[in-house]
Amino acid sequence: MTVAETISSGDKPRDLAQDWPLELFDVLKAAGIHQMSYVPDAGHSTLIRLFNADPEIKTNVLTTEEEGIAIATGAWLGGQRSVVLMQSSGVGNCINMLSLPVQTRTPLLMLVTMRGEWAEFNPWQVPIGQATEASLKAIGVTVMRAETGEDLVEIVSQAAVMAFDADQQIAVLIGQRLLDKKKW
Amino acid sequence: MVGGMDTAMDRRAAVVKLLAARDGVLVVTGLGSPSYDVHAAGDTADNYYLWGAMGGAALTGLGLAQAQPDKRVMVITGDGEMLMAFGSMATIAVAAPRNLDIIVLDNQHFGETGMQTSHTGRGIALHKIAEAAGFAETGECRTLAEVDDLVKRLGESATGPRLFVLKIKAENLPRSLPPRDAVFIKNRFRAHLGLGTC
Repeated sequence: MTVAETISSGDKPRDLAQDWPLELFDVLKAAGIHQMSYVPDAGHSTLIRLFNADPEIKTNVLTTEEEGIAIATGAWLGGQRSVVLMQSSGVGNCINMLSLPVQTRTPLLMLVTMRGEWAEFNPWQVPIGQATEASLKAIGVTVMRAETGEDLVEIVSQAAVMAFDADQQIAVLIGQRLLDKKKW
Repeated sequence: MVGGMDTAMDRRAAVVKLLAARDGVLVVTGLGSPSYDVHAAGDTADNYYLWGAMGGAALTGLGLAQAQPDKRVMVITGDGEMLMAFGSMATIAVAAPRNLDIIVLDNQHFGETGMQTSHTGRGIALHKIAEAAGFAETGECRTLAEVDDLVKRLGESATGPRLFVLKIKAENLPRSLPPRDAVFIKNRFRAHLGLGTC
């Protein structure tokens, strides 16, 4: 589906079990996001396409996820809000770089699609998938989880307030059970 | 010594030259000696010092440059810090900001940890990596006179990101420590840009 088709499908009421990426895009735009960086994941693919097609958003494709943590910190220094998209395996790459927003008390909003926790066929995804939440908490990031599309939209909306109005570092984990409902 | 550094320049003198001509440039420093060098040249609100997050300086500069497209951003970091941010040269080249300059103070060693020889002391040329990645301008300076020319060049507008390596002496100078209060540095920097603090 093209971006134009994706957006025009908004004419009918959205089913958040399927259409949560469209709603998330609207929520993030309404929250004033102007930069987005990512290492791709299938679960983020629609959101990535929408951001990349938006001329108001500067997007950065990363070679490794911790780059996005530093970019988000720099964006805030310069007065812009940023969101970082990654898969749970990428969280492991971020740990020391997270000391940057944690120590400088800089707003951070990460959206993490989970692997290794629900009907996972690849055993290599399981170790970091099981360690994702504990790792983030250990370095000082506040973690929230969504298991349905409806919850996810609500959680991201309020997480943006906590991040950007209260200078918090927040990761929203998007449960694999939720992602499993989409066809990859 | 590995790499033949006998003609290398004094790092503090080089940084003073870069900053004397900064003319509103926003500066981000990599942890360790580059932070000390910039602080020694004068502690100002438009300096953002890192004390950690190794590998994060250039990308902090990228996020800042993208948020402030009408201002120039200069990252001043070391060879070890930039080696940890190897992939960032690809990310920055693809992002193609016209207002981001990266200065690598290259002593070819990990100076903070006992002067072990780094990759640049074993043949890796970071400006050539940046050139291959697609930076608009790259180069290497070996003398303070070359830094004078670089300063003039940096004052001209760029068509994309620029990276220059300054070959400096491998020595640990007396430390000039920036404030370690990271929130203070952040808020001071943002206030300089007219931005609110939490």
